[in-house]
Amino acid sequence: MMKDEATILPAYKPPKARSLLEPHRLFLMAVFVGVFACAVVFMRWDWLPKYQDRLIAGIWQTLVLLATTSFFGFLLAVPLGLVQVTGPRPLKWLANGFCTIIRGTPLLLQLWLLYYGLGSLFAQFPEIRQSFMWPYLRQAWPYGFTALMLSFAAYEGEVMRGAFAGVPRGELEAARAFGMRRFTMFRRIWLPRAIQRSLPTLNGETVLQLKSTPLVATITVMDTYSVIAKVRSDTLLTYEPLLLLALIYLVLTGILVVAFRYLENRVPNRGA
Amino acid sequence: MDLSLLALSPPGWGGVLLAGLFSSLQLAVGGYLLGLIIGIGGASGKLYGGPIVRDLLEIYTTLVRAIPELVLILLLYYAGTDLVNQLTALLGLPSVDISGLAAGIFVIGVVQGAYSTEVLRGAIKAIPAGQIEAARAYGMSPFMTLRRITLPAMLPYAVPGLSNLWLIATKDTALLAVVGFSELTLVTRQAAGTTKHYLTFFLAAGVLYLAVTLVSNIAIGAIERRARRGMVREA
Repeated sequence: MMKDEATILPAYKPPKARSLLEPHRLFLMAVFVGVFACAVVFMRWDWLPKYQDRLIAGIWQTLVLLATTSFFGFLLAVPLGLVQVTGPRPLKWLANGFCTIIRGTPLLLQLWLLYYGLGSLFAQFPEIRQSFMWPYLRQAWPYGFTALMLSFAAYEGEVMRGAFAGVPRGELEAARAFGMRRFTMFRRIWLPRAIQRSLPTLNGETVLQLKSTPLVATITVMDTYSVIAKVRSDTLLTYEPLLLLALIYLVLTGILVVAFRYLENRVPNRGA
Repeated sequence: MDLSLLALSPPGWGGVLLAGLFSSLQLAVGGYLLGLIIGIGGASGKLYGGPIVRDLLEIYTTLVRAIPELVLILLLYYAGTDLVNQLTALLGLPSVDISGLAAGIFVIGVVQGAYSTEVLRGAIKAIPAGQIEAARAYGMSPFMTLRRITLPAMLPYAVPGLSNLWLIATKDTALLAVVGFSELTLVTRQAAGTTKHYLTFFLAAGVLYLAVTLVSNIAIGAIERRARRGMVREA
């Protein structure tokens, strides 16, 4: 049915993008290639082979952090958003308060609160020190993971609240008219429609999350940023490692944006 | 928890924290205002500038929005101070010691500028074209049009985005802790490290940041109501 309609309607053609080959753009590109070549030739890059393996491990660590914190943060964001729309009042307040507190304080402070604050608190209790969890709690990454995940959950929870509230009432009423139980209705109609509505902002949130990951380097997690920080303190170079770092994040952001665009095109959004 | 640690006078660290909060706010206000100025220029350039200006601004906003603030802050902090010192050396002046505050405001301003460029561009585009044409028909100069028509008329469209940016600015100041500027987060860490009462101090700093956000929210609500006066309320 949908397919027939799509063939009858003329496809939407976006206005033609301005060509990449306009003269001034060619000139700008030449300038950038020149600057890039100068940077490659005149700056010092001899440290690169030595740190190559560590750098790749660092990028991997960054990506793992990004993927896991976004995934679990999103799982947490769904109930956070849902509770704020339909939940009983105390839960609503709780979720709202959580989002306000996380969104109202800097991530760096939250990270240090968890790592230094909770970390030092845990160390005071012999019960915790002797439990099987202690080998993990002594490391830095559980704190980095928790802080990043909570932050993503709070920001995305706010988005999900809007997405849940924005699903047209008629669709939910139709589901009820079909005799769906509340949970079936949630699983089949409400959640998929809300996720679909939140997809465009999900891209932005994930890019923001990628940009937050280097903060974990301040609590000794070995991500891309801390590898570069190590290079800087070893070689005493100021700019070269930082420029490479900026380039790495630029490429990662680019990949994320392209991947999300592909994903969004795969999801049908007629009438959304 | 030992609350006497938060007393205002020297055995307690409350005064130090408040001084840190004050420099955080200075940074945030300065950086935000600088960002607004860059944003107004950038938005005008993106909307009315020539092709080269437009492409350069596009590169600026894309780069700033794609690279983590922490990395940008480090790059700009070192590059900015280096550049000024080389400039003074070139002019034969003794090298100046750039205050952390000035460098910090510069850094936050450049980052905020990219975001406010986008916010203001969207807001200016939302103004009905007839209003600007009317101003031109009255013979107003471009600058007067900007001051009397464009800026006030775009305000209701820009306030939500700009207030969001203000909240981001207050939180981004925490990143300057990494380059050693004693704003609230760094002094909190120093206080916590000295006294070993980590939880107390980080919670206290969190309360201070939260207070800034909540007070800002109240002010933003008032500004938004004022900017939207006379407009049809959305259903």
